[in-house]
Formats: sequence, structure tokens, C-alpha cells
Amino acid sequence: MAELFVYGIVLGCIISLGAIGITLVYGIVRMANFAHGEFMTAGAYIALLIVSVILPWLGVPDTTFGPLSFGWRMLIAFPVSMAAVAFIGIFFDRLLYKKLRLKNSNAVILAMSSLGVSFMIRMIILIITGPDYRFYRPGIMRPALQLPFGIKIRPDQIFIVALVVVLVVLLHLFLQRTKMGKAMRATADNTELALISGIDTEGIVMWTWGIGGGLAAAAGMLYGIDVQIHPGMGWNFLIPLFAAAILGGIGNMYGALVGGLVIGIAEQLSTAVLTPTYKLAVAFIIMILILFIKPEGIFGGSDK
Amino acid sequence: MTILKAEGISAGYTELDILQNVSMKVKSNQIVSIIGPNGAGKSTLLKSIFGILNPRKGRIVLKDEDITGLKPNKVARKGISYVPQVSNVFPSLTIQENLEMGAFIRTDDFGGRMDEIYNLFPTLREKRKQKAGQLSGGQRQMVAMGRALMLDPIVLLLDEPSAGLAPLLVSTIFEKILDINKTGVSIAIVEQNAKEALKMADHGYVLAMGRNVLDDEGESLLDNEEVAKLYLGG
Repeated sequence: MAELFVYGIVLGCIISLGAIGITLVYGIVRMANFAHGEFMTAGAYIALLIVSVILPWLGVPDTTFGPLSFGWRMLIAFPVSMAAVAFIGIFFDRLLYKKLRLKNSNAVILAMSSLGVSFMIRMIILIITGPDYRFYRPGIMRPALQLPFGIKIRPDQIFIVALVVVLVVLLHLFLQRTKMGKAMRATADNTELALISGIDTEGIVMWTWGIGGGLAAAAGMLYGIDVQIHPGMGWNFLIPLFAAAILGGIGNMYGALVGGLVIGIAEQLSTAVLTPTYKLAVAFIIMILILFIKPEGIFGGSDK
Repeated sequence: MTILKAEGISAGYTELDILQNVSMKVKSNQIVSIIGPNGAGKSTLLKSIFGILNPRKGRIVLKDEDITGLKPNKVARKGISYVPQVSNVFPSLTIQENLEMGAFIRTDDFGGRMDEIYNLFPTLREKRKQKAGQLSGGQRQMVAMGRALMLDPIVLLLDEPSAGLAPLLVSTIFEKILDINKTGVSIAIVEQNAKEALKMADHGYVLAMGRNVLDDEGESLLDNEEVAKLYLGG
């Protein structure tokens, strides 16, 4: 059980990164982004392209860091892929959602168009790479560390949790301390008043897509390091991501963080009694229960 | 000197014009009150001036510059600030952050300006780390006005600042408006509370059914029998 709990934290960290993006986009752009899972997939595959094609071609050595399963190649791929998916997020906003917003389209139309984007990205990846499962570094299973209570954990997993903590702290500092971060929170609070104050709210929307896309890419790569990657991975994450965002109170970044951990831990613990195939159902049941009992989420929306 | 002029404004939210050929002007250092029954188009007039609504006819002139049709964030840069009647603070941001957002487009150091605003509203200084959403109605109104003042506006547009406030607070807010005016800011204020609004006004406009009905000095309008009967409750 203790071991499943620890694995749950690892999975929860990955879900949190994605859920934070969903909740930010929902709070500021005011749309449910059903393509968020595909942002994760895109991030994972862009990193695969970088570590297995571009960097070998550039002659970056395939060494690994100590007990970790990856080295310089992955470390270079990280920021590049995050930036690329940030760009993809902004690109689709410009191409589609912005135009729909200007026409005052309702929430359903925006959500459905993001569902379309989700299919597009997934199918493009599928066509290019085929349906196979892939690994950043095939065939090498690093020895696990033995922790107390019989917990076995791979160094990679410690790295995953550490990186998520760093990213979340950076995002927290950005939102609380910088002018742009405060303007993002202000826009989430009251878009009209933000405009009245002279804040360029369309610019804030771009920042939001960029941050959400970047975090999703990081989540996708971390999942790839921890497990594997395949074209449907992000789609499978969609329900846990929304469950986490709703659990924490949609629009509330800190809620999404906690919600992600809760969903991740619940999913992993469920494998003690259920087949792992039912993990998704666990997230779905939690989401339904929350919507029944406390639809505003545990932390009650973006604290209004 | 005339600071702000609205000339022959026709505007509305749909094809229907709520305002029909409405004009008004604000001279430097004046308080101008706009009164009239519900639905007279008072708030619509402020929204048209600030660019939230695009007037179909007429023009808005600030000093000598035609600002008709500019978007709110551009109008703010020209020197007009606007306080909406409702949802006029950022509830999850602290008081201090609300004021910082008011200064969003300033690139210079606005610490001095913030200090002046805290001097105007000393309660806000004490509570500056508190979230605006947790404040009372009167304090919220002060945050809203403080936010609007951060840009050092030439003209401040206030939409029903006394709405929903307890009578005691209403007079506090009106005193604050007079204080703001004394610092050299011209003010255009829309009010239901017509008597109070005319008392402090240098000039008043009466609107009804989206049209100009009367305009005169504040005191004269107070003494006007027709105004008294229709809008001041006898």
C-alpha cells in the first residue's frame, strides 16, 4: 500500500501539471480545453523527435546522469518541447478560438472546437509515428532504490516529483510576484474590469495558452520518462485532468495541484483491489461524486 | 475650460438606440452630476464615453482630441478612468494588488501615487494585504475608486458610487468624491441619489428616455420645481 501511495504521488504530480493548465485556461480564456491531453502527447513526441533524431544528428552524446535513465539529450529536449507546445497552444487560439470568442460564441462551441483540435493533433501524431508504444530509452530498466516500508522507487520518479515541485513554485512566484502574473489573476477575476484598467486581455490569453501548453508538454515528457509514450496517452489523461481541476475548484490553480495529487493517489491505490484498466473509471467516479456533492470543488472556484 | 465633451451621442446595446442625441460637457475641476430615472441612459452615456460602447452618432472630445470609438484600454491611456457600478474590484486580489492593476499601463514608478491614494483612503492602507472580496461595500467602493485614480486621470467617471450602500456610508463616499475633486480631478458622476449628487455638483444634467431634458448649475436644479417633483421625491 505504501508503495502504491508513493507511485500515486508520482502520477499525481504529472496529472497536476496538466490540470493546472486546464484550470488556468478555463479561468482566463473561459473555455474547457478538450485538447489539453493532446498537448501532453505533442510534448512527449516532440521530445522523442529531439532525443532520437535531432540531437543524435547534432552529435550530442547519449550519456545518462548517474542513476537516472536520461542525460543531456532529454534535458535539452525539455525546454524546447515546452516552448514548442506553448507555441502550439497560442497557434490554435489565434487560428480558431480567438475568432470564435470575437463572435461571442458560447462555451459549448468553444469546447467542441477544442475537441476537434484534439482529434487533429492525435491523428497527425498517429499518422507520423504509427500506433506503437515508444520509450525515450528502450530496454534499460534502472535499478530501484530501496526505501523504508518496502517502498521501491526509481531515481527517475524522484526526478519527476522534484521537477514538478520546481515548476509549480516557479508558476506560483510568477502569479504572485510579477506584473504579468498579477494581471493574469486579475483577468481571471474580472475580465471587463481588467480591460477597463487598460490591461491587454488578449495578451493575457496568449500568456495563458503558453503557460498551459508548456506545463502540459512537461507533463507528457515526464509520463514518457516514467512509463512510455503512445499517440493516445494524452486522450487517456483527459478525464483525470478534468477530474483534478474540478476537484480543486475549476479556475483555482492551487486546487488543481491538490486535485491532481488526490486523483493520482486514488488511481494507484485502486490497483490494489481492481485491475489497472479501471484506473480511469476511478478518476471518473471521483469527478461524478464531486459534481454531485460539491460542484464548486473542495477549494470553491477561483476564490470569489 | 472644457475638458470633456460628448456631442450628440446616439448609442445602444442592440440596434435600438438607448441614447438619442445626448450631449454633455465637463469643465476643468468640475463635478458634473447626471441624474434621471431608471433606464434614462445615464450609465450608457458613461460607457459610450469610455469606449465600452461604440456610439453610432456623435463624438467624444477629450481636451482637443477626438477619442470617439477608441477601445477602453486606449481611452484609459488618454486620461479618463471609469468606475463601473458593479463588479468594480478584483475580488481575489489584495487591495494593494487592485491598485497595482489600476496602474498596469504605467511604466514609471507609481509608489508615490499609491501613497497619495492611501492618504485619501487611510482604511485601505491598513488593510492593503486583505483580499478585496472580503471587504465591506463601502471599502470596496474605495478600492474601486483608488484603482481608477492610479492612472492620475484628468477625468474620473463614476457610475452610481452610492448604490447599495448604507446611508451613513453614502455620505462618506460623497465626501471622498469631493476630496478627490479637490486634488484637481474633474468628475462626471451618474447617480440615483439625485439630491446628494446635485448638492455637490457644479453642474447637473437631467436625462430621461435617453434624451437631454435639462441642464443647469447643481444648486439651480435642486431649486427647480419640475426636477424636485420628478426626481427628488417632492
